[in-house]
Amino acid sequence: MIPLLIYVAIFVVSYYVVTKVIHHAARNDYTSLKTVTFGDESAVRPNRTASVISILTLFLLWGMFTGSTLLPKFLHMPGPFEGLATFDYTAQLPDGQRDTATVTVLVHPVDQEVSAPEVDLGDGWAKNDSATIGAWRSGLIRVDQNDEFGRADGAEIVAVNGEQIVPGGSVQTDFGRVGMSPKGTLTFEPAKGWQMEPIWLPAPEAVAARVAEIAREGFRGSTLWEHLGYSLFRVIIGFFFGALVGIPLGYAMGLSDWFRGWFDPIVEFMRPVPPLALIPLVIIWAGIGETGKIILLFLAALWIMAIAARAGVSGVKISKVHAAYSLGASKAQIMRHVIIPNSLPEIFTGARVAMGVCWGTVVAAELVAAEKGAGMMIMVASKFQNTDIVIMGIILIGIIGFGIDMLMRWAERILVPWKGKG
Amino acid sequence: MSGLAIEKISMRFDLPGGGSVQALKDVSLHLKEGELMSVLGPSGCGKTTLLNIVAGFLAPTEGQIVMNGHTVKGPDAERGMVFQQGALFEWMSVRENVGFGPRMKGMPKPEMAGRVDHLLDVVGLQDFKDKAVYELSGGMQQRVALARCLANDPDVILMDEPLGALDALTREKMQSLVLKLWKETGKTIILITHSVEEALLLGERLLVMAPRPGRIHKEYRLPFADLGVGQDLREVKKHPDFAVRREEILAMIWDMEEEIMGRMEGAGA
Repeated sequence: MIPLLIYVAIFVVSYYVVTKVIHHAARNDYTSLKTVTFGDESAVRPNRTASVISILTLFLLWGMFTGSTLLPKFLHMPGPFEGLATFDYTAQLPDGQRDTATVTVLVHPVDQEVSAPEVDLGDGWAKNDSATIGAWRSGLIRVDQNDEFGRADGAEIVAVNGEQIVPGGSVQTDFGRVGMSPKGTLTFEPAKGWQMEPIWLPAPEAVAARVAEIAREGFRGSTLWEHLGYSLFRVIIGFFFGALVGIPLGYAMGLSDWFRGWFDPIVEFMRPVPPLALIPLVIIWAGIGETGKIILLFLAALWIMAIAARAGVSGVKISKVHAAYSLGASKAQIMRHVIIPNSLPEIFTGARVAMGVCWGTVVAAELVAAEKGAGMMIMVASKFQNTDIVIMGIILIGIIGFGIDMLMRWAERILVPWKGKG
Repeated sequence: MSGLAIEKISMRFDLPGGGSVQALKDVSLHLKEGELMSVLGPSGCGKTTLLNIVAGFLAPTEGQIVMNGHTVKGPDAERGMVFQQGALFEWMSVRENVGFGPRMKGMPKPEMAGRVDHLLDVVGLQDFKDKAVYELSGGMQQRVALARCLANDPDVILMDEPLGALDALTREKMQSLVLKLWKETGKTIILITHSVEEALLLGERLLVMAPRPGRIHKEYRLPFADLGVGQDLREVKKHPDFAVRREEILAMIWDMEEEIMGRMEGAGA
């Protein structure tokens, strides 16, 4: 809740600061002169300042809530309590006699071994206690263990820091929450603060360090590049064969009624089946090795490419085909000079979609079973709660997916400049 | 027999929902070599269907097209076609578009280049040879389409509303160009149009077609195309007969439209 509020606050404040306070260099192009922009989609251009602030904000929040060393201390959210915590408890005997003693708890970072602090037992029949608890953890403290009259003698704890406590209830202290189990044992849960524990969300620099470490030393017997390269290799090979079969299939479906009728039911049925649903069958048939993965990606790309090629053929304006015929072109020449170039924009769009689907499918398939690959890396890491590796993997998968898309767009611009110009 | 003969063409086809349409009925006419004929008629009179049959894209249910002594079976380079718009190949440059026909025939490159350059000069696009077609304006694109058709040296040129999508000013310039090309090349041309003025200006012969079933309603022989060659077309329009013919044909087409509307109301009631 708090991160969301901070996020919204930064969104609103930066909006006012950037658009109302700072007057950026006045643009003088046509769009800047439009007075009606609300509802005119073409006048809505992404504000690049907003994009930059947006990304910075994400990292800022990430750093604030993980106590990142990249941020100055004052930006950190309150961390978990660490150090010596104390509270008093009051025990009561069946005859109504009460005594009070102090509990000293050393709250330590979880990755450190510490011993309980030495404390003076004090006087009275209830003796002072000491214990250790890791930050973000909680623990039972059997305060009556060293008392002269314990639970067996009918002594029960009735108050903490002077406040009454009953089984199942709790009392807030300056250092955290003291609760009581249904059987009457005290539990202590040091204040957690607002920061995330590293096993749930490591700090950005920890993830960066892990990237560097894995890039240097590898993960599970393979280098980082091998893992990513294997994923990419599977996508490229699977997509290649999918396109190799799918594009001619789509052309045949666009050009012949027999092919169209024959393959329509198959393509239309397979299209809505998510490739992920094929993983179990592919594993049964081809195992978890490369063959299975490539068959899966082949199937993921095949239908998309077939449909794209079919749409490319159906999309050719009949007047272009007629024109070519009346200019004396043969069927083969019309295929080569009219139908194929005319369908290329559609095929490129299909290829972009197919690459995206293949990338998603390969990661999912590796999550299920693989010896190498980006998906396998995060799956294995998650089993050991190596959250930093999981986050690293997600970021790298995202960057590669984005990179593939950018590359396809670039290729499209270079290779089919006539897209949308017909 | 030279020229183009349209012999008793009828066209009837079934509709998907049952029933059938008589698109053309008993259309016959003969075009001599080098004749320029414009075809006019209300929508649904079958003029585009007729053109597609002549081009060989559609088969008539009765009758035949005879061209230079042989029956038309399908599209062929002897019958060139100019479409309204969007029939250029946008993946080719202007030069490649114009050279398409010769290239398909395997004409040697130097000869082809010479012909393309010449035709681009004729249509006034010598400075746009290497542009992509989508960088040109609508009028320029139609110039490319005309040049592409001429590059193939067809015997007959079929034009399906080639100037329909152009603005009035460009249209006038293009009309002069069509007349000029007709006179210079001596091609037989059939031109379909919606504009009565254009049909008058660009038709030695003017065919008015009537709908339901599509048929020839009336034919004119007109002097304006000859008058217009190399002349300002606005001067031609001032010719006393021009206005008379225009009113006559407009009234004719109005009557046909009204009759269709009346029939539809009758059917609806």
